[in-house]
Amino acid sequence: MNPNYLDFEQPIAELEVKIEELQHVGSDNELNISEEIETLKQKSTKLTEKIYSNLSSWDIVKVARHPLRPYSMDYIPRIFTEFDELHGDRHFGDDNAIVGGIARLNGEPVMVIGQEKGRAVKDKVMRNFGMPKPEGYRKALRLMEMAERFKLPVITLIDTPGAYPGIDSEERGISESIAQNLAVMSRLKTPVICIVIGEGSSGGALGIGVGDHLAMLQYSTYFVISPEGCANIIWKDSANAPDAAEAMGVTSSVLQDLGIVDATIPEPLGGAHRDVDLMSERIKAHLTEQLDVLRQLALEELLDQRYQRLLSYGN
Amino acid sequence: MSWIDKILPSGVSRSESTKRSSVPEGLWKKCVKCDAVLYRPDLERNDDVCPKCDHHMRIGARRRLDTFLDADGREEIFTDVEPVDRLKFKDKKRYRDRLAAAQKTTGEKDALIAMRGTLKGMPIVAVAFEFEFHGGSMGYAVGEKFTRAAQLALAEGIPLVCFAASGGARMQEALISLMQMAKTSAVIERMKMAAVPYISVMTDPIYGGVSASLALLGDVNVAEPDARAGFAGPNIIEQTIRQKLPKGFQRSEFLLEHGAIDMIVHRTEMRDTLARLLAKLGHLQLAEEAVNEEVVEEEPEPEVSDEVEIPLESPRDE
Repeated sequence: MNPNYLDFEQPIAELEVKIEELQHVGSDNELNISEEIETLKQKSTKLTEKIYSNLSSWDIVKVARHPLRPYSMDYIPRIFTEFDELHGDRHFGDDNAIVGGIARLNGEPVMVIGQEKGRAVKDKVMRNFGMPKPEGYRKALRLMEMAERFKLPVITLIDTPGAYPGIDSEERGISESIAQNLAVMSRLKTPVICIVIGEGSSGGALGIGVGDHLAMLQYSTYFVISPEGCANIIWKDSANAPDAAEAMGVTSSVLQDLGIVDATIPEPLGGAHRDVDLMSERIKAHLTEQLDVLRQLALEELLDQRYQRLLSYGN
Repeated sequence: MSWIDKILPSGVSRSESTKRSSVPEGLWKKCVKCDAVLYRPDLERNDDVCPKCDHHMRIGARRRLDTFLDADGREEIFTDVEPVDRLKFKDKKRYRDRLAAAQKTTGEKDALIAMRGTLKGMPIVAVAFEFEFHGGSMGYAVGEKFTRAAQLALAEGIPLVCFAASGGARMQEALISLMQMAKTSAVIERMKMAAVPYISVMTDPIYGGVSASLALLGDVNVAEPDARAGFAGPNIIEQTIRQKLPKGFQRSEFLLEHGAIDMIVHRTEMRDTLARLLAKLGHLQLAEEAVNEEVVEEEPEPEVSDEVEIPLESPRDE
């Protein structure tokens, strides 16, 4: 099995291997087999289209967790310019599972805050696999309040398997740090746009996820508990995770129907990792558009709209 | 074999499942912690706190509010809020059926009860979680009722007290449950901005989404002795870090030590303590009360203090 492809993508992987082999043959022997390669490429595209047009919720969970899936630090330099990272919560430490800083979007200054899982093994450890601790949420809070003072819109990129469940996390008040962010974000006097780029897991995701506009990438997921966790509790067996994913409705299509998610940003064929530049362009276009809309609102209107929206959840 | 087993008439066998915590229904109840067999009226007089070992037994939402609020003039509010199965969630059973079953066994529509009334004469809004209903989990109905209660407190400028006991967000309502965290936190923040007091009382247990929202956002956070509260459950943490958790982890004393709560309050002192706190936050004078408030119920004499216009109890003769 090709680790760069998910289980349901293996037929695509096989085709891609063939294409690569032919390309090698082509360059070595100077034989004209470009036609053959072209046919195979078309076949691969068609197959990908077919597979991706019929993904189950559980498949989408896998795409959202794909090892090659772009993370915040892949998107930030492609979407923004002049990203100056800011560190530390000023109380305890700096949390590398959440990155934040001031950047420019189309030349305009903005505050960017994102959860980061880390790519290479060493990187993942340094980022704690994208599981923030209280200091991460408190750093985010500090940056959001700074953004409010300096009238910078806040853009958050959500991608976490959850807030870190550990002794130190509990000792330093992980619950309170998330709760505080929910409270403050509900009244932050600046536009807040939140985008789920990968995995939006529970309170750990919501901790940077309250705002005026919530978008999800097409193959990202957002859930109150991981499908495995839910399956474990309700079905008493984590093997039922696909059922749990289906039942909870973890994808943007369901969540948009529920009125919780405002927009879905389409991904390149085969997922964001197939074309990070294109995905970044689309996110940037979406941010630009939404920010324009939000900037036209008077501050009072903006805050009232956000509050009313929060109150309406579930109605 | 405990002595109660020995005195049971032969032929009366206690099933395995009930053996640990119960004695034959009636006048006696066994403490789950120290195994003492307690006379029920004694226990009730002690607010369901074991007189032998001080264990705070879990009590229902209705009893909680009935013993906390003044006996006169309390009324249940927002009884029209009902759970909604927007996702038509189904596992082995349908969520709808699970809800119906929970409603039948508890007699409640969902896991939160709200009342308005007075606490030693001070008008307040109080809510309590019913843990027996789906583990006190928060879905739409709980979030909505809490929010309406907070909005009422906000509109009338009277304090809100919440007794939380919850396993967290309700899985069967998925992201709608998660968003109740944002909703309840937002309305609490409006109370803060308007300087309307909110006291959160943590009772055993509080985890997950309720912990990471309304339970820890009080102007004053209070916990009953030995209550467990945390974000992640102990099992999850042990699985993650692959080591045993220290004794007392996530208990009230741990929370106090780490700065998450202001104080631990014994259940029998809850009324007095919260009334004192709220009176001070509201710049009110509180009438001194008889030691045994259940026996001596005073006639409240409306009085207007210099600063506020709410009726207060008259001071007792010394």
